[in-house]
Amino acid sequence: MPLLSLITYAPLVGALGILALRLGGRADDAKSAETARWIALVTTLATFALSVLLVAQYDSSNPGFQFVEETAWFMGLSYRMGVDGISILFVLLTAFLMPLCIAASWRSIDKRVHEYLIAFLVLETLVIGVFCALDLVLFYIFFEFGLVPMFLIIGIWGGARRVYAAFKFFLYTLLGSVLMLAAILFMIGVSGTSSIPALMQYAFTPEAQTWLWLAFFASFAVKMPMWPVHTWLPDAHVEAPTAGSVILAGILLKMGGYGFLRFSLPMFPQASDLFTPLVLTLSVIAVIYTSLIAFRQTDVKKLIAYSSVAHMGLVTMGIFAGNAEGEQGAIFQMLSHGVISGALFLCVGVIYDRMHTRDIAFYGGLVKRMPFYAGVFMLFTMGNVGLPGTSGFVGEVLAMVGVYEVSTWAAILAASGVILSAVYMLTLYRRVVFGEMTNPKLSAIEDLNWREIAIFAPLVVATLYMGVQPNSVFNVTQASVDQLVQVYRAAIGG
Amino acid sequence: MTFTDNLALAVPEIVLALGSLGLLVVGAFAPKQTRLVGGGAVLVLLAAAVAAATQPFGEAFGGGLISDAAATFAKVAIYLASAVAIPLGLPWFERRGVRVFEFPVLVLLAALGMGMMASSGDLISLYVGVELSSLSLYVLAAMHRESPKASEAGLKYFVLGALSSGMLLYGASLVYGFSGSTLYSEIAAAAGSGADTGLLFGLVFLICGLAFKVSAAPFHMWTPDVYEGAPTPVVAFFAAAPKLAAMVLFARVLADGFAGAADQWQQVLVVLALISVAVGAFGGLVQKNLKRLWAYSSIANVGYAVLGLSSGTSDGVQAMLMFMILYMIDVTGFFACLAALSRDGRPMETIDDMAGLIKERPGLALAMTVFALSALGLPPFSGFWAKVFVFKAAIDAGLWVAAVIGLVGSVVAAFYYLRLIKVMWFDSSPGATDKPPVEARAIAAVTAIFAFPVVLVALAWLTPLAQRAALSLGLA
Repeated sequence: MPLLSLITYAPLVGALGILALRLGGRADDAKSAETARWIALVTTLATFALSVLLVAQYDSSNPGFQFVEETAWFMGLSYRMGVDGISILFVLLTAFLMPLCIAASWRSIDKRVHEYLIAFLVLETLVIGVFCALDLVLFYIFFEFGLVPMFLIIGIWGGARRVYAAFKFFLYTLLGSVLMLAAILFMIGVSGTSSIPALMQYAFTPEAQTWLWLAFFASFAVKMPMWPVHTWLPDAHVEAPTAGSVILAGILLKMGGYGFLRFSLPMFPQASDLFTPLVLTLSVIAVIYTSLIAFRQTDVKKLIAYSSVAHMGLVTMGIFAGNAEGEQGAIFQMLSHGVISGALFLCVGVIYDRMHTRDIAFYGGLVKRMPFYAGVFMLFTMGNVGLPGTSGFVGEVLAMVGVYEVSTWAAILAASGVILSAVYMLTLYRRVVFGEMTNPKLSAIEDLNWREIAIFAPLVVATLYMGVQPNSVFNVTQASVDQLVQVYRAAIGG
Repeated sequence: MTFTDNLALAVPEIVLALGSLGLLVVGAFAPKQTRLVGGGAVLVLLAAAVAAATQPFGEAFGGGLISDAAATFAKVAIYLASAVAIPLGLPWFERRGVRVFEFPVLVLLAALGMGMMASSGDLISLYVGVELSSLSLYVLAAMHRESPKASEAGLKYFVLGALSSGMLLYGASLVYGFSGSTLYSEIAAAAGSGADTGLLFGLVFLICGLAFKVSAAPFHMWTPDVYEGAPTPVVAFFAAAPKLAAMVLFARVLADGFAGAADQWQQVLVVLALISVAVGAFGGLVQKNLKRLWAYSSIANVGYAVLGLSSGTSDGVQAMLMFMILYMIDVTGFFACLAALSRDGRPMETIDDMAGLIKERPGLALAMTVFALSALGLPPFSGFWAKVFVFKAAIDAGLWVAAVIGLVGSVVAAFYYLRLIKVMWFDSSPGATDKPPVEARAIAAVTAIFAFPVVLVALAWLTPLAQRAALSLGLA
């Protein structure tokens, strides 16, 4: 049974179902919209169930690609899918977050519901495809077409400056991607294959590696996003609807880190080694600078968006540390950040749905009216800060240990970023949740309802489980990461 | 070689010539029977396509007419694209009260000329083909007699077209003067492994003339005006087939006549390609009229096709052919959408007219979204594959700087394609649109479904055909 293709295209089938529903009826039919929501929820839950099955069947002692599917296409291209320890958990993360996004949009999206759900389901197919594709061109197709649903999600259901944000998001990412396309075509021309496993074995000349690395870097650095090409992210986050932000922060950013792990390190090891100081420098700047920027934000979403940039800085440092601790930490941090930042955006969504503003100064004293909310928000704030016992701690510490082996200074500066993250997150929490409730408009605000509790419960469980049982993640990633590091070390002769 | 042997290699041309003359007579005696003439023209074109597909290979009329895989490939595509133009155009004219039986006949004559361009073996047949198709196109542009804009478009097209024909002829005479022959094969022998100054001079003029026909910058000035003024279905026709014909001719002249001088013309072509991409990308940014916008888009796209050709390899020619085929289908579909849309009887031609189209006409809006994304070069649409072919050929030939510049140009152009999508999807509609005619909708639907997902299957059998066509030309 082609399990990977099943997982990848299951959401697409749901999307086609909703499309049929939409074309069959009127656009503003509330009943049909309700049916569409249920279709989307059931589809995403089924996809999640399938991906749990995938992880359960995964043989974690085998570092290579598993569940491989291969069919010849044309011009030497293949439809080639497979997962290894690096990619499989991202598939799970995607499938995990998607049903929550659908549920979170249940009431807050009430116009053009069908199109919205179709965009999300198509996006899920594309993102899972990115993590499963083992052919360069296939990867590029999934990677690039993901821009379209996100463009529509931001542009149609976004906030006041949504058009600006959608264009900025699209054009920024596109510019990075076309350079990657040029590199992909060059690689196919030189090596004669587009198979990712085969290209991992292929040794490009050091000069070619340098250029190829830069081209891939242009794409992944924008996606990640790294300082100084991060400026699209705060705009996109602020304007996107809540679920859009969750997907953006939770999954789409991880495609950049995944790209570094899948392409830059194994295919261009010498260039990666050459550029490690550059990456570390940019990452350190990102960690400190964007943390400071985050501290000065007045918009809750923007603050969390900048915090994402800072956290991703730590991830890139871990990846380019080039040792097992760094890679494990980076992967763990990406998974953990996917859960925590997604949850934080959902927390923002809760109060935004009620009050329709994200201005920090508007809020205050929410704990009195919303005790459950305060508790949930507290947990994820602590997770974002990196409190031991939450998943945020494990990834940060491990990544920093990895970086410490390569550059003491970078590790020390990155650690200061963790302190800064505590400063801005705790300040945010204090200003929103604690203090006197001075704003009379807040006096009638209601606590989490059952739907919201049901959305947050799995996120809370995931954060704590990963925090106290990190080995459940490491066991899956270990073999593939060890092999990656071993090959990388051998290639750079260290 | 006997006379009948020669004729056997020109069956498609004969079918088209006799067909067009016969239909002209029918039309002259029964001018009201436009549908009859139109139907007959479609049949003639289909017959010519079958004849072209099944034709033996060889050289006829002393080398003036070449029948090979490249000619076959181009002719079948040209005839089919012309056949589509008739059902799209005739009802459009009828709805505007213009009964023109000349329309199908002119399309036939243009197709005949384009077919000759694709299979020309010397400078004479080159010129006859170019002029036959161009003269038909000038008239087609001005076909909508009541519209002053259409007349302006036709006149502009004619004057500038005549200028370019002059350049073409001047170049041809120089080439003849320095090589002593009009046959490509003998020019190739004279050019040897590198053209001398005189021959090169002639070649550059030839390239300028041909660049005008494909509307490559800096010879593109006529394109936006003509696209804007000419009737939309006519634009759908001459944005597609004539471009392919001229590109194939371009490739044939360079490959068969000047293969030895590839290093020299490669530079010229790279410059042409990059200027075209830049002009198309930046010029399109300020356009409000969609027909003008797509004119700039076509300039940029021709730039990509020329870039493929400029790699100077057989792979490059193959890439160019694939690019043009995929582009033709996209552009026909897009103009079919435009031809289908009107509000209160007035055609919807500006970007603002498309506001909220996704709610009004979800099918057409979806098709236009597909064409815009495809033109943007976004996977998995056909436009992406077209670009992949071209850029891969260019990068393999070492032109990676040009390829990167071209790709960055496509990001600039992405802005205006996105703006169209934004207007259709994000904005709200100013009012109901008229019911779109069925034939335009059908063409839009078929082409959109081709752009995705059919293209993923079609590429597998189109690529070997293009490869065989490219190999039949004289580049390694």
